[in-house]
Amino acid sequence: MIRVSIDPAPIELAVELAALEERGAGGVASFTGVVRGDGGVTALELEHYPGMTEDALCTLAEQAMDRWSLLGVTILHRVGRMEVGERIVFIGTAAPHRREALEACAYLIDRLKTDAPFWKREWRGEAANWVEARASDEAAAAKWQ
Amino acid sequence: MELLYFAWVREAVGVGQERVDPPEAVYNVADLICWLAEQSPGHAAAFADPTKLRAAIDQRFVPLDTPLGDAKEVALFPPVTGG
Repeated sequence: MIRVSIDPAPIELAVELAALEERGAGGVASFTGVVRGDGGVTALELEHYPGMTEDALCTLAEQAMDRWSLLGVTILHRVGRMEVGERIVFIGTAAPHRREALEACAYLIDRLKTDAPFWKREWRGEAANWVEARASDEAAAAKWQ
Repeated sequence: MELLYFAWVREAVGVGQERVDPPEAVYNVADLICWLAEQSPGHAAAFADPTKLRAAIDQRFVPLDTPLGDAKEVALFPPVTGG
């Protein structure tokens, strides 16, 4: 079962993890991305490409289901403005055994970074700047080819 | 064709979406970027350096040398930074 959502609303961790556990899995793995307050950052703002972003996340989830024996994949990404400490992204995977769940979770967050059209802007008080893509993210995604 | 802009490309151009009818000589995405750069000062700022841009044709990522063909929707944006 695949659940993909792009939403300004907060991510409810306990609800999402419980739903994955209900898939009858022996193992549930998850990754949560949280807004860091590095370098005076006070908030992040996320923009996406309506339609294409949803498709990209569904494609990633399907690729993970093909590659590993999974019972459930959840990919949630927030858009709009988020304050320091708030969750940005949640990836959850349910599988019969831990290895599939852990590997698929790592795959999904690495690939999401390069394959899904989102753009991030950092706010420092009233000043904003667009975040530049990092070569290390490209390298992390490429190792799964 | 319909053009969509995101992030600082959208801010530089001043709109997120516009309809354009480029001349026939505009064959691929890179040609389109060069042509757009001549359309206004905002466009010039957004499209001056194609190495900073990525593209999607009809909601699929494509390299800049991809022919436009029968594209209905072309999106131009900086490298993605989600997650």
